[in-house]
Amino acid sequence: MYDFAYHKPSSVADAVKLLAADPDARAISGGMTLLPALKLRLNKPTAVVDLSGIAELRGVKREGGTIVVGALTKHYEVATSAEIKAAIPALAWMASTIGDTQVRNRGTMGGSVANNDPSADYPAALLALGATIQTDKRKIGADDFFQGMFATALDTGEIVTAIHIPVPEKAGYAKMKNPASRYSMAGVFVARGPAGVRVGVNGAGANGAFRATAMEAALAANWSPDAVASIKMDPAMMNGDIHGSAEYRAHLVTVMAKRAVANAG
Amino acid sequence: MPQVTLTVNGTKHTVEVEARTLLVELLREKLRLTGTHVGCDTSQCGACVVHMGGDSIKACTILAVQCEGADITTIEGLAKPDGTLHPMQEAFREYHALQCGFCTPGMVMSAIDLVNKHPGGLSEQEIREGLEGNLCRCTGYHNIVKAIAAAADVMQGRRSELARAAE
Amino acid sequence: MNVVAPFEGIGASVRRKEDLRFLSGRGQYTDDINRPGQTHAFILRSPHAHAEIRSIDVTAAKAMPGVLAVFTGADMAGIGGLPCGWQIHNKDGSPMAEPKHPVLAEGKVRHVGDPVAVVVAETKAQARDAGEAIVVDYNPLPAAATMDQALKAGAPQVHEGAPGNLCYDWHIGDKAALDAAFAKAHKVVSFETTNNRLVPNAMEPRAAIGEFDPQSGDYTLYTTSQNPHVIRLLMGAFVLNIPEAKLRVVAPDVGGGFGSKIYHYAEEAIVTWASARVKRPIKWTAERTESFMSDAHGRDHVSRAELALDADGKILGLKVHTLANMGAYLSTFAPCVPTYLYATLLAGVYTTPVIYAEVKAVFTNTVPVDAYRGAGRPEATYLLERLMDVAAAEIGMDRVEFRRKNFIPVDAFPYQTPVALQYDSGNYFATLDAALQAADWKGFEARRAAAKAKGKLRGIGISTYLEACGIAPSAVVGSLGARAGLYEVGTIRVHPTGSVTVLTGTHSHGQGHETTLAQLVADRLGVPLANIDIVHGDTAKVPFGMGTYGSRSLAVGGSAMFKAMDKIIAKGKRIAAHLMEASVEDVEFDRGTFRVAGTDKTKSLTDISLAAYVPHNYPIEEIEPGLEETAFYDPKNFTYPGGCHIAEVEIDPDTGKVSMVNFTAVDDVGRVINPMIVEGQVQGGVAQGIGQALLESAIYDAQGQLISGSMMDYTMPRADDLAPVSVATHTTLCTHNPLGVKGCGEVGAIGSPPAVINAVVDALKDYGVRHIEMPATPAKIWNIVNGGRKMAAE
Repeated sequence: MYDFAYHKPSSVADAVKLLAADPDARAISGGMTLLPALKLRLNKPTAVVDLSGIAELRGVKREGGTIVVGALTKHYEVATSAEIKAAIPALAWMASTIGDTQVRNRGTMGGSVANNDPSADYPAALLALGATIQTDKRKIGADDFFQGMFATALDTGEIVTAIHIPVPEKAGYAKMKNPASRYSMAGVFVARGPAGVRVGVNGAGANGAFRATAMEAALAANWSPDAVASIKMDPAMMNGDIHGSAEYRAHLVTVMAKRAVANAG
Repeated sequence: MPQVTLTVNGTKHTVEVEARTLLVELLREKLRLTGTHVGCDTSQCGACVVHMGGDSIKACTILAVQCEGADITTIEGLAKPDGTLHPMQEAFREYHALQCGFCTPGMVMSAIDLVNKHPGGLSEQEIREGLEGNLCRCTGYHNIVKAIAAAADVMQGRRSELARAAE
Repeated sequence: MNVVAPFEGIGASVRRKEDLRFLSGRGQYTDDINRPGQTHAFILRSPHAHAEIRSIDVTAAKAMPGVLAVFTGADMAGIGGLPCGWQIHNKDGSPMAEPKHPVLAEGKVRHVGDPVAVVVAETKAQARDAGEAIVVDYNPLPAAATMDQALKAGAPQVHEGAPGNLCYDWHIGDKAALDAAFAKAHKVVSFETTNNRLVPNAMEPRAAIGEFDPQSGDYTLYTTSQNPHVIRLLMGAFVLNIPEAKLRVVAPDVGGGFGSKIYHYAEEAIVTWASARVKRPIKWTAERTESFMSDAHGRDHVSRAELALDADGKILGLKVHTLANMGAYLSTFAPCVPTYLYATLLAGVYTTPVIYAEVKAVFTNTVPVDAYRGAGRPEATYLLERLMDVAAAEIGMDRVEFRRKNFIPVDAFPYQTPVALQYDSGNYFATLDAALQAADWKGFEARRAAAKAKGKLRGIGISTYLEACGIAPSAVVGSLGARAGLYEVGTIRVHPTGSVTVLTGTHSHGQGHETTLAQLVADRLGVPLANIDIVHGDTAKVPFGMGTYGSRSLAVGGSAMFKAMDKIIAKGKRIAAHLMEASVEDVEFDRGTFRVAGTDKTKSLTDISLAAYVPHNYPIEEIEPGLEETAFYDPKNFTYPGGCHIAEVEIDPDTGKVSMVNFTAVDDVGRVINPMIVEGQVQGGVAQGIGQALLESAIYDAQGQLISGSMMDYTMPRADDLAPVSVATHTTLCTHNPLGVKGCGEVGAIGSPPAVINAVVDALKDYGVRHIEMPATPAKIWNIVNGGRKMAAE
């Protein structure tokens, strides 16, 4: 990779200051996406601002009907958090399927959310759960936050600090992994809760994570795998590559939606 | 040049590195701990797995400077000072879970973390899924899975010794 | 005193001697070696599949921090191209097209990854930084990225000296006899298939360190090789013109090869040559992405086969037409893979009386293709064993009975095939029966029904296969175009106190030679395993050997050791006769003890070795001191392992995902020295075969870009892609080598792919599937299932 300056601030305010001062600086938490990109020299940041020393970004807590997850919370911590397992077991289980053990030991929810990789797991879950993303300066609803492939509502230098997730009545997740990369090829997170019945899809969409509104309507009327079984996704909205055509991915979304509902119970 | 202070296999080191230096480069090139290998450039093969604070991580996907104050264990630090192997190392030998040996250090480090994170033991399927981050091209994983199951039994006190049943 | 424990000899599952260093991080792979004053090389590679190089400007790169030198093809002009070790002749007797393979591109690049320039710098990062500052002005040309593209009229020409992109047009067999057989046929079954291109992906990326000693003029190359002597010969004699005595090649611990580390690669010549220019050692280590575009790939055949049958289902003849992709240049052994390692195997385990095969080798703008685990034999086996299933279905005969009906009878050995080979031994009925039993073939329909009740499609597939390995008789391969002999060497050095060092020309890169070869010595000479050391991989230590590939180490290398031990024993008997005042004819030897026949007078091997090195009471006029013998062994024939593989799969029709449920292998690998290691070799080979059948594929787009160019897109088998592999052996001894061994390194990769695809096709039989190409990915299966459902609905 190209060399860069390295900073490790201990407060959000300091981190924001560093990032504001240098538009070509990049924030890093777990680095599970950024570092592979840097190694392939796809990115040439002038500086890397390491958020891992900021204590205020850590921790999982329940505040009434909401789970608040600090941005630095690792996937492994999400998967094993007693609070999350009790409140949103589907989210904990989903976290246990992200990447491999070593990714889960380093990667963070905040990093994944801020990066919005189309084949990352969290964006679909947060869309389905109606989560709110808190940054150093504002709160943004998931629907507004995720804006297509690798695109978010974040301004340059803006840092995700926490994710607020309303506790659902029911939620479930299922995914088909890409056989080579093991990222999600088609993953569906379904939830019924304070935000209504919502379905988030990752991996398959041509423009990143999205909500499957036809499935939401069907599930609102009849919460059962059969309700989504006949809903066909539009292949024109899907991504196609050597691992599967857009038609295949469209089909997988329906299959995974059925399984996600079944998993939700 | 940035400096990083970290503990590796119980010894504290302070090393000058470029910010872009990866932990695996620090281990291999600065500390000459060449048991940690590099088998890919896309963070998939797991030949570089080490422990940081007991968790398995890929040393190729973390900057050395991110390891300030960290406690790192590599394959070289697993055996006891008298040379007694860790049960996982012994199990790999007993069950012929290695051939060329290149993936082995990372595989062993991952396996130990996997067992530690499943204190109640593991099914064959859990072991297979738990190895998602490690590639082996020689063994077909068959004997690796057996070795890990046997080591888990010994590490968790369900069995007193690793020896295979008589053939 | 040497006392051998009985469990250390032949047939014992001795735990491996080499494991301790690998398990404790003390292996010494090439990249682990650091030479004093070492610098680092970065190779700049072509981003184009086919382009003319108009100019290269290295000025900026040379001025970058830490840079010692930058070299291009112009600097290396006058150096030989990378040589090809095998010459094939066309049907008309003319030699194949053999265009130069420059070490660094000369005026043109011919595949993505073709080396264009090299930067030598103080650090790896500096070398790479500078590499990016080299300005190459390319004139991109249309590419012949696939064999289809390459063979079209007016196709872009990869080489001027290979019109129509044809390397050779070769054939084997009696065409007239075949036509006659087909004229009599009751039924002819046709089948076409592609054998998918694979990337070997040994876990250790290739690496090389070149070192030059300006005082002595000696060169040393440390390299990730399966055969250091071959590299010394090829690079010294053909590329760099360095006499053998001035060039040492060391292949230390090597992290897997599977064929990909046989060949002489450009980077070896580059670091060796450049080390004499910068007068410092130079290390190059491939990044994995670089491996994808610079390690020789494997397979890549397109074949059409026709099988002629009589009314009873007996095979009358087989006709095969194959296109084999060579890539952009001829890799070291590429031409022999689709010919003598392929077409000669088309008889398989069957009594097919007439076979005719023609093979066209084609240049394309892709990475060179060469041997990969099995090499040619997996392609032949896949074609044949898929064809057997297709034919059985078409004539309505049970696929097992159809095979059994055509097996070579047990009493027919030695068996001469119509395609040159003479099988020495085998019992295909025995391996078949054992495998059917072990896999509970009879109980399968119940399992299929149980799976169906869960909504899953279960299938079972079989492959009864044979391979030729233990390569190879030098005179035979010489007459077929090999430019090397394929004997092996072994030295047995019995030290004064009776411990033994073995020097072998074979090379271990996962096979466990340090254990298995030591077991041969322990078994015969009665020396404890702990006192036996196997030395390999260093041309400065070991006599000229040919290395490890083609499952040859034990059959050829072990036999050389056996011959050397014969000499040790013969000399020992003479010394013992002197010490015991007996005649040589009366001295017997068994596992470390020399005995005067019929008496209790004995001498141990240690007594003899001590006498040999301290020759006080010694027939010095008649026998030289010392106890060290070398033997070269040239095999009389290939060896012919064979057996039966059975795969059981389950398909999720909703996603198309195929899960391996079970895999059973019953192989005849000849005498088994270490059952544990044999099982491990078979399991590993099967994993690669399952990888080929279900997961792996090197895919080029029409512009010659490798789309599956990293592990993000090339599916490497992981633990959860595979199932337990049950391995058993059934032995018939090889009749022509002294150990009776056949070889086990490749059987897994050869026998398994058709078993898996046969199982997949079986699982999909209700969908009217006749064939599915490898790899049988979820998307591909879903297309079939989905198409089938549509048909059912219509």
